[in-house]
Amino acid sequence: MPISEWFHRKEKYTRVTPPSEKKEIPEGTCIKCDACGGVIFQGELERNYRVCPKCDFHFRISSWDRINLLTDENSFSELDSNLTSEDPLNFVAAKSYPENLSQAKEKTGLREAVITGEGRLDDHKIALAVMDFGFIGGSMGSVVGEKVTRLVERATKEKTSLIIVCSSGGARMQEGMLSLMQMAKTSATLAKLHEAGVPYISVLTHPTTGGVTASFATLADVILAEKNALIGFAGPRVIEQTIKQKLPKGFQTSEFLLEHGMVDMVVHRKDLKATISKLLDFFVG
Amino acid sequence: MNMARYVMDFERPLVKLESRLGELKKLRAAGQPDIAEEIEYLEKQIKKLHQKIYSSLTPWQKVQVARHPDRPRTSDYVGLIFTDFVEFHGDRLFKDDPAILGGPAFLDHRRVMIVGHQKGKDTKENVARNFGMPHPEGYRKALRLMKLADKFDMPIICFIDTPGAYPGIGAEERGQAVAIAGNLLEMGQFSVPIVAVNIGEGGSGGALALGVADRVFMLANAYYSVISPEGCASILWRDDSKASEAAEALCLTADKLLDFEIIDGIIEEPLGGAHHDPDFTSQGIKKVLIDSLGELGAYPSDKLVEERYRRLRKIGCFREPTP
Ligand SMILES: [Zn+2]
Repeated sequence: MPISEWFHRKEKYTRVTPPSEKKEIPEGTCIKCDACGGVIFQGELERNYRVCPKCDFHFRISSWDRINLLTDENSFSELDSNLTSEDPLNFVAAKSYPENLSQAKEKTGLREAVITGEGRLDDHKIALAVMDFGFIGGSMGSVVGEKVTRLVERATKEKTSLIIVCSSGGARMQEGMLSLMQMAKTSATLAKLHEAGVPYISVLTHPTTGGVTASFATLADVILAEKNALIGFAGPRVIEQTIKQKLPKGFQTSEFLLEHGMVDMVVHRKDLKATISKLLDFFVG
Repeated sequence: MNMARYVMDFERPLVKLESRLGELKKLRAAGQPDIAEEIEYLEKQIKKLHQKIYSSLTPWQKVQVARHPDRPRTSDYVGLIFTDFVEFHGDRLFKDDPAILGGPAFLDHRRVMIVGHQKGKDTKENVARNFGMPHPEGYRKALRLMKLADKFDMPIICFIDTPGAYPGIGAEERGQAVAIAGNLLEMGQFSVPIVAVNIGEGGSGGALALGVADRVFMLANAYYSVISPEGCASILWRDDSKASEAAEALCLTADKLLDFEIIDGIIEEPLGGAHHDPDFTSQGIKKVLIDSLGELGAYPSDKLVEERYRRLRKIGCFREPTP
């Protein structure tokens, strides 16, 4: 169920903050935590990896912040940054697709919902893809599918460990079946990476649902989930409408997935880099 | 007529004429003179209107035909096209999912493995088969059967017909996403030919999980979509009643998907939809299956896998200006 309820969700505090906007917020600005309602100073939140110091709620972070968090200083170089979406269906709903795209570009400063590139993580050479929920709900259209596929192909060829940080509402409706087929495309290319013996670690962050969960996100050797993330195939609103019941508390959280055997570890954001580093030590030495 | 007929909105004018015709015929039988001409005229009108309605169905109307309760199911085509079908059950992990039907059969002289979404013929069977919406165990059963086919060098025939993978608590607990992703990855690797036929509803990832193939066909009134028109309408229009507009926008019909090279061909349906003549429809399906397997059988297995990958690899539409 692509995107589903995330467009209905209140945007108040979990909005992705583009770097330019963030600088304008003074250190002393107060923010109310979505999860516990506690009041946090902006500066305190930034220093704590945008995790609520009171309840450990992981606020969404932008893809560039994530890249900075995971890669060694100045080691990351972006790939395929010039790929941008077309409007193959001439899709018009309440808004036209080109309008959606230009608004997302303006809001995030990004060209698409994923950044791919190569860099180093504690000196391990990695191929890294980071999705950004701020760009049309992190949805996967042709560009996301193509950039991920190219990165996987490159990692396979160069035997570089692959890390993908997921955050997505699913396949992008505005590109119709072309989006859905990206699930098959990215999955097929991952089969080749596994055959070549290249490690792939996937990191599921809040929220990861729909077509991304049902393709590359869950086809990794090791699956990590950030604390408290919403992860699933169908979105909770769709499930509630289908079964006509309220969902139990904690349903589809990282901890729920851990309990049901769907992820290897639930990791706090501050430990993420160290955890991946340790895993790469195991797999590539 | 012994049962209430299921009438789609756009068929109402037709049904009105038909019931008028029925009345006239009763009168004639009762001995009323001078109405033969009127009956003949009405019959012609009905034929014309039928032709007119069905030769220009809108995408949303096609979705309704694809969902028609009388539409032939996977099991119907299995009976009409194949011989000696043996149904296999279970994923060996949790349970048997009746929303997926599968097992070996003969297509003329050729051994094949059939895997398909299975809807019910009536409410009771639909409840048992969860309206063709599989749980993870359904996808895992499908995968198990496809692995068998790969081992015994049998081509795989997939029938797609689902509103989508089931969105429920148990499905999430048992890894719906992981099950679908697993099929997508494995289907890319099998060294036997795979042919998929969408016979009705192609609902999103739950349909695609049986849709990675060397050749993909659609019945003329089937639809294949990233999201249901209703779901799309409620998200992008914030209005469920815009499903018709959403169906148009999503380009989910066979002709559009052929243009986008998502599918390889369209299988004709009789006027009025597949349920008006399942025999005719099944002959069309049988022909493309035999032709496709004949063609794909000539490929060495490594070439087959390579071509299947190439087929997927090229799907996508984007701009890449040289920097
Ligand atoms: Zn908090």
